[in-house]
Amino acid sequence: MMIPLQFRHNGRDVALFVGGGANLLTVLRDQLSDFTPKFGCGQGGCGACTVLIDGEAHLSCLTLAAGVQGRSVETLDGLKDGPRLHPLQQAFMDHFAAQCGYCTPGMLMAAKALLDRNPTPTRVEVVEAISGNICRCTGYEAIIEAVLDAAQRPRARA
Amino acid sequence: MSKHRGRGMASINYPIGMNLGGDPSQALVHSNPTGKFTVSLSSIDLGQGMKSVTRQICAEALGVPVEDVYVDTADSDTGPHCMGSFASRGTHRVGNAVAAAAREARGVMMEAAAEELEVNAADLETDGRGNIHVKGAPHRSITTKEVAMAAQFKQGKTIAGRGIFLVPLSAVDPETGEMSPATCYAHACLVAEVEVDDETGEVTMIRMDSAYELGRALNPRLVEQQLVGGAWMGVSHALYETTEPYYPNAKQGPRDFVEYLMPGPGDICPHDIAVLERPAPDGPYGAKGPGEMCANPVLPAVANAIYNAVGVRVDDLPITPEKVLRGLKAQGGAKPKARR
Amino acid sequence: MLELRREYFADERDDNLKEIGKGTQRQDMLGHVTGASTYFNDHKLQGMLHLKVLRSPHSHARIRRIDLSEAERSPGVRRIIRGQDVPRNLNTLLSLINFGIDDEPTLAVDKVRYKGEPIVAVVADSHREAFEAIAKIRVDYEPLPTVFDVEEALKAGAPVVNETYPKNTFTYHERYDHQRLRFGDVERGFAEAYHVIEHRYQMSPIEHAPTETNGSIAAPDTNGRYVVYTSTQALFFSLDTCAKILDVPSNTLHFIGGTVGGGFGGKVDTLTEPLAILGAMLTGKPVRYVFGREEEMQYGPPRGAERIYLKDGVRRDGRIVARKVRAYFDSGAYTRLSSYAVVKCAAHIPGPYTIPNVYADVYCVFTNRTPATAMRGFGVTAMDFAIECQMDRLAELVGMDPMEFRILNAYRDGDMKAHRREAKNTALVECVQVAAEKAKWPIRDEFRRMSSRQGGASPAPRREAQPPAPRPPVYEAPPPPPPAAPEPAHGAARFSSVFGARRR
Repeated sequence: MMIPLQFRHNGRDVALFVGGGANLLTVLRDQLSDFTPKFGCGQGGCGACTVLIDGEAHLSCLTLAAGVQGRSVETLDGLKDGPRLHPLQQAFMDHFAAQCGYCTPGMLMAAKALLDRNPTPTRVEVVEAISGNICRCTGYEAIIEAVLDAAQRPRARA
Repeated sequence: MSKHRGRGMASINYPIGMNLGGDPSQALVHSNPTGKFTVSLSSIDLGQGMKSVTRQICAEALGVPVEDVYVDTADSDTGPHCMGSFASRGTHRVGNAVAAAAREARGVMMEAAAEELEVNAADLETDGRGNIHVKGAPHRSITTKEVAMAAQFKQGKTIAGRGIFLVPLSAVDPETGEMSPATCYAHACLVAEVEVDDETGEVTMIRMDSAYELGRALNPRLVEQQLVGGAWMGVSHALYETTEPYYPNAKQGPRDFVEYLMPGPGDICPHDIAVLERPAPDGPYGAKGPGEMCANPVLPAVANAIYNAVGVRVDDLPITPEKVLRGLKAQGGAKPKARR
Repeated sequence: MLELRREYFADERDDNLKEIGKGTQRQDMLGHVTGASTYFNDHKLQGMLHLKVLRSPHSHARIRRIDLSEAERSPGVRRIIRGQDVPRNLNTLLSLINFGIDDEPTLAVDKVRYKGEPIVAVVADSHREAFEAIAKIRVDYEPLPTVFDVEEALKAGAPVVNETYPKNTFTYHERYDHQRLRFGDVERGFAEAYHVIEHRYQMSPIEHAPTETNGSIAAPDTNGRYVVYTSTQALFFSLDTCAKILDVPSNTLHFIGGTVGGGFGGKVDTLTEPLAILGAMLTGKPVRYVFGREEEMQYGPPRGAERIYLKDGVRRDGRIVARKVRAYFDSGAYTRLSSYAVVKCAAHIPGPYTIPNVYADVYCVFTNRTPATAMRGFGVTAMDFAIECQMDRLAELVGMDPMEFRILNAYRDGDMKAHRREAKNTALVECVQVAAEKAKWPIRDEFRRMSSRQGGASPAPRREAQPPAPRPPVYEAPPPPPPAAPEPAHGAARFSSVFGARRR
C-alpha cells in the first residue's frame, strides 16, 4: 500500500509514492538518488544518516518518510550554495576533518543545525551537538576545531 | 573518595608490509595529450590517504606540480594488481611501485624534451612547476604540456611508465622461527596521563605526548590524521571496547553502538606528537607507514598510567571501571605510586 | 599538535624535495565534504534485489534438515540459495597464497560451528521481504558440545570445532601445532637472572566498527561478466576469492571499490561478494548484500582475542636476559587470517629490545565463536600490550625509571634479533628520548645521550661477562628467496598461482 508524499528536498519540491513503513533514509537514497545521507546502523546509534527536517537535526533511519509530508528536508547534497562551499565545508577541508569521509555528511548536518541556531557556540556546545555522530577515523579533534573555526567565518544569509 | 592522576609510558616498533613479504603492488602512470598525468592503481583508499600520498610521490618523482597528477584507483579492469590495503603496506609497497612507474614515465618525458630542445636528456631538469629546462640555463625551457604534445603527435613516444614493488617471500624455519618478516620498522613512544576515580573506577584521559619515527612524513597533515585518530582508537581499545564482555564466556555481546562503547568527542584529550624521520633504505623517499602502529602504544601506556595512579594492575583488556574497582577493593583502596 | 623533529637523523636524509613533505590537501577531501565521494552502496541499479542470510542460532550443531517450502512461497522471493548451489563451497582466504587448507563453507551444509554462521541465502525484491522469508525457513538442529576457551580447546577430549583441524589447532610446517621461536637458551638465562616474573595477559575480541558496514552489489554486465561494487580493502584478493568459490575465470569479474567507509582490517574477508555475485548469476539481476549493524557487530569477524603468558628474567643491572612467551590466538571457528598472524606475532617477539635468550610458542586455536580476522596491529597489538606492561613491572622490580629501562634494553643497529636478522634503521632510543622530553619526564643525562646507531654511546657493558649463547652467523644480506614456484599447469599466469599449486 503506497502513500503519496510531497516535501521540499534541498529547496526543491518533490512528489512521490512511498511505502507506509518506509524510512526517510531509504527513500532519499533509493527513490530520490540522494546518496549523501549514509546507512551506518539503522538503529539511530551512529548519526551517519543525520538530515535536517525544518532545520532540526534528525536521524533519517528512524524517521518515517510519511512523517515529512509538507516539510523541508536538507541533506549534505544541498549544503553548497551553487558552486560555493558552505563555511563548514571549507573549514572541514582546511582542518583535514575527514579521512574515510563516511561520517562527514551526518557530521556536517549536525554542525549546521548547531550553527544555525547558535552562531557562536562554545567548545562544549560543539561537542554536545556532534555527540550523536560517530567517527571511527579522526579522533574528533579536527572536527571540533573545524566547527569552531566555521563559526568565526562570515556566512551568506540563507 | 578522590581522583588520582598517574602517568605511564610504552615504547614499540612495528613491521612495515605484509609479514614475510611476497606482497606485490603495481602501478601505471601515463600522460594525457596536454601533460596531465594519471596514476592507475587498484589499491584501496579507506581513509588512510592512499590516493593522496601516491599522488604526491608521483608528482615528486615526475618533477611536475601535484595539480597535474590524478590518482585513479579501485577498478580491477584498469588498475594493475595490488595485494591490498592492510598490514601498513600501502605507503611502502604502492608508493614504491608508483615511484618506479613515475621514474620510467619521467625518463620518456625527458628524452622527448631533450629532442625538442636539441640537448642531452642528462642536461635537463624539472622545476616542479610544469617546466623542463637546461641545467644552469633556465631560459632554455619547455613546458611539460608542450613536451607531451610533441611526444604524442610528432615523436611517436608514449610518456608512460610501469612499476612493481615486491619484497621477496621469506621462508620460516620450523624449529627456530628464523625468518625475514619485514625490511623496515617504524617506532614510537607514548606517554599517557590519566585520572582514576577511586569511587567509580572510571578512567579519564588527561593528555598524551608521543614521538613516532616514520621514515619520512610524506604529508605531515595526513600523518597527523593517522596518529591522532589511531591514538583515539588505542584509548578505545584500552578502556572501552569488547565484543565479549565476559570472554571467554560468549553469552553476552553488543548489537549496536549503545552497547558497544567507544569514547565520544567529549572524552578526548590533548595529544602532542613529535615525528622523527629515519628513512627506510627501501621506502619511497624513505617512508614507512603509520597506519597500524598508531594505536598500539596507547593500550599499555594507559594500563601503566592507571597503575601509577592507584596501584592497580589490570592485565585484561578492556580496563573497565568494574575491573579497576575490583582491583582497588582487593588491595584495600588506592595506592598511588611515585609521580613520574 | 604535530611537530617534525628534523634534527634527528638529518644526515641520513635529503630534505631537498619539492612536493614530498608538504601538507597538500587530500585528493578526496572536496568529495568528502560535498558528499560526492562514492561508496560501494551509492549506486542505484534497475531492478536491484536484496540478499540476506539465515544465520545459525547455535554455536555448534549438526544440521539435520532444512525446509524451505514455506520460504520459497513467501512474497517477493526470487531465489533461495543453499550450500549445494555454491560451486566450490569450501575455501580459506590464504589459499590464494598457498597457506592453509580450505576449511570454511560459504553456506553451511551439514554443520554449523559458530553462532551466526550463514546457512541459507534469500534473494528478494526488498530487504523486508527477504527477512520475512528467512523467518519462514525451518531448520532442524542437533546441538553439539561447545568450547570457548583456547586452553580448554587444546585439551584431549575437547569438542572438535573444525574437522579440518581435529586437534583445534592450525598445523605449522606439517609438524607442529604452534609456531616456534628459539634463540639462545632461556632456561640458562632464567638461571642467571636476578628476578624472574611471569604474568598472564588477555585481550578481548574487538569490533572494527567502521561507520560503513561490509557489503557489495553485484550485477550482470556486458559480455557475460559481472560488475561488483564492494567495500573490500583488497580488490584482487576479493576478486580471486570469488573466482575460486564461484569457479569462474577471474576476468569474468569486474570489481570496483569506492572509497571505503573505514576498514581497519575488517573488510578483507570477502564476506558478501561471493553470495551477491552468485545471486546475480542465478537471478540475472543486480543483487545487493549489506550487513546490518547487529550483523556486523556479532557475525562480522572481530579482532581475535589473545591470551599471552609472558615470563621474563632480568639482571640486577636491568638487562633482560631471557624472555619466554606462550601465546594463544583465538581464531574462532575457521582459520581465515589468524594462522598467518601467529607467524607475524612470533616474528615480533621479544619486541624492540635486544634480549640474548628468547623462546616462544604461538598457537592458532579454534573455538566455537565468530571467526576472527585482521585488525589494526594484527598479530602485534596484544603482544605489545603484554610486553610493555611487563616492561613496566620489570623496571619497578629493578628500581629503574621506566623510560631509562626501555633505553637500556632497546635494540640498536647491528644487534641480532630473535628471528636471526640484524637490526637496522632502528630508532627506539630516540623515540623514548623525545617522548620523555615532550612529557617533561626527567631522564638522566647518560640516557639522553644514547643513540640507536652503531658507534653511538651505549651503557657499559652491553654484553655480560658470561659466555653468551652461541651467536648465529651475521648475514650480510637477507637469505635468498625460496625457489620460484613451478609454472601453473594451465598456462595462464595469475597472481594467485605465484606461490605454487593450491592445496585442495
